[in-house]
Amino acid sequence: MSEIVPPEVRPKPAVPAKPSHVAPPSSAPFVPSPQGTGGEGQGSGRGSALLGYIGIDTIIEQMRKKTMKAGFDFNIMVVGQSGLGKSTLVNTLFKSQVSRRSTSWSRDEKIPKTVEIKSVSHVIEEGGVKMKLTVVDTPGFGDQINNDNCWEPISKHINEQYEKFLKEEVNIARKKRIPDTRVHCCLYFISPTGHSLRQLDIEFMKHLSRVVNIIPVIAKSDTLTPEEKTEFKQRVRKELEVCGIECYPQKEFDEDMEDKSDNDKIRETMPFAVVGSDKEYQVNGKRVLGRKTAWGVVEVENPNHCEFSLLRDFMIRSHLQDLKEVTHNIHYETYRAKRLNDNGGLHPISSSGHDTQESNL
Amino acid sequence: MTTNIRYKSRSMKSEDSEDKQYVGFATLPNQVHRKSVKKGFDFTLMVAGESGLGKSTLVNSLFLTDLYKDRKLLNAEERINQTVEITKHTVDIEEKGVKLKLTIVDTPGFGDAVNNNECWRPITDYIDQQFEQYFRDESGLNRKNILDNRVHCCLYFIPPFGHGLRPVDVEFMKALHEKVNIIPLISKADCLTPTEVKKLKDRVRDEIERFGIKVYQFPECDSDEEEEFKQMDKELKECTPFAVIGSNTVVEARGQRVRGRLYPWGIVEVENQSHCDFVKLRNMLIRSHMHDLKDVTCDVHYENYRAHCIQEMTSKLAQDNRTDSPLPILPLPTPDVETEKLIKMKDEELKRMQEMLEKMQQQMHEKDQ
Repeated sequence: MSEIVPPEVRPKPAVPAKPSHVAPPSSAPFVPSPQGTGGEGQGSGRGSALLGYIGIDTIIEQMRKKTMKAGFDFNIMVVGQSGLGKSTLVNTLFKSQVSRRSTSWSRDEKIPKTVEIKSVSHVIEEGGVKMKLTVVDTPGFGDQINNDNCWEPISKHINEQYEKFLKEEVNIARKKRIPDTRVHCCLYFISPTGHSLRQLDIEFMKHLSRVVNIIPVIAKSDTLTPEEKTEFKQRVRKELEVCGIECYPQKEFDEDMEDKSDNDKIRETMPFAVVGSDKEYQVNGKRVLGRKTAWGVVEVENPNHCEFSLLRDFMIRSHLQDLKEVTHNIHYETYRAKRLNDNGGLHPISSSGHDTQESNL
Repeated sequence: MTTNIRYKSRSMKSEDSEDKQYVGFATLPNQVHRKSVKKGFDFTLMVAGESGLGKSTLVNSLFLTDLYKDRKLLNAEERINQTVEITKHTVDIEEKGVKLKLTIVDTPGFGDAVNNNECWRPITDYIDQQFEQYFRDESGLNRKNILDNRVHCCLYFIPPFGHGLRPVDVEFMKALHEKVNIIPLISKADCLTPTEVKKLKDRVRDEIERFGIKVYQFPECDSDEEEEFKQMDKELKECTPFAVIGSNTVVEARGQRVRGRLYPWGIVEVENQSHCDFVKLRNMLIRSHMHDLKDVTCDVHYENYRAHCIQEMTSKLAQDNRTDSPLPILPLPTPDVETEKLIKMKDEELKRMQEMLEKMQQQMHEKDQ
């Protein structure tokens, strides 16, 4: 059986999730099989056999090197009522102080009257790979007495980023690497009431699940016992289904059976019940991140205590690139198509890009 | 014989002098106690706060009952058009011969909508209605069996997830602090570490003062109370707002069966003072200040309402009649129960007779045809 792997069309993340795909060249000699099946590398199909090792599969290594040099952008938005631990969770996810915690607010800082959009960027590096991480915070969401349409500033911001990218794309002289400020992932924080989703949650997700990848998480889940957690999650999943809300990973974008089965497993455990913390405590001789209360220490990275590690592995270690791709190939394209349809044609604008030219689009 | 009489009179004289010193009204509290025990007490408690903060669980834990057995939780779609309701559950509890008729007023739907403008309106209306009903009963002719449905205490649940009071909390408390005794509580306190609890309590206390909210104040101890009581009282006052945890389940902890919550990382005991302030709340609400809460409701909140009502009436009358009436003229009392029954009976009789007439008319009509 030939084990020639066709060159990958999609660039895989810098840390490959499924390293088994990369077949080491020395594992099997490429002998032309008399059956002549399966070998795409059989060239013109006349049975011309590979008489040696070409090295097509090293393209993966080349891509990897390039990605490492270029670095990549990742933009994450956190949405939820104040006090649900959004900033703490982001800091815990990326193991660095990327988000200013609101417990350090001074006494005079009040809840903003309208939803604000605050975006903070950091460059973090791991294993030679640089990532420019932008965290977009939304203080004021859901905190007022009257929260009608409080998702509008958020929706506007997301569309503005798409618009910016579209303008750059449509330029005659395009930049080599268009700076990507589009929101790749939106973490929506659900309040752990233990009953069901709030009205505001449903309204937000209805309006935004077709525009951005939403990953719902149950915040401060150390207030729920394991049984309450399972019941709550079941109810939330059912409600999302009834309302027709598709969170990431969306079923319609599963590419093949393997994807589908992986994603199904994830969908079964969503929404993740998380606990965030940036303090370390000693438990059983190890130092762990956690929260210390009078009755025990909640360990953040212990899968029996909460699903933080599941969320982290899912978001960062396996689906980071996929999040970006779905945003680019699907959400952005939807926006683009809508814009083009609305304006009946696209004129490339000059690189000076005056705003008055926008009507030409 | 005379000697006997003399003896008797002398003995009576000595009893007389003893009687002169001891009248016997020191037994009055015992008499009151016996009568009250026979009559029983009633207490109306209101719980308010967003859904999912553990209100029902706490009420069940406080009174060791299961008042919400048949409750069905609505999902978010069903709740879209729900407005704030007022529901009442009554339960009769008896302990050591003392009967308590406990009424819990719940407010499902409060703060759950997207637009919560004036979501406290149904609650203030309900409280005013109870006051009004009491006012009418009090001014009525038959005052023997006045039913006291006035709300004696309102437990307001503040979510532990925020950084203090939210706008809806402030508005609610400001709308109600002059109508009912408000006791703010920090709910679901098992998601906070001890430092976080302290910070949140300080912040809430500050904000209550800053916004001028008048929550229920514990009465000062009499100076002749025991030291221990005074110490307890001081601790109680410094602990507000209480951070509470409730539980409907019994778990095994340290060899005992206690009310608690079982987590993978430990067991939270509801009645453990180092875990939460549940015991303090229970002691305060039931064991030491229940009567004071009723008194403050009668003497302060109800009197405020009454004065306000009477003032409105007199000003209205003055406008209508343009006469200066020195006495506030009370509204006509609603007819009492017996007359109402009579009126109802007569109404029904009239209706029946009308129906019979109609039938007869129809029959005659058919006959004609």
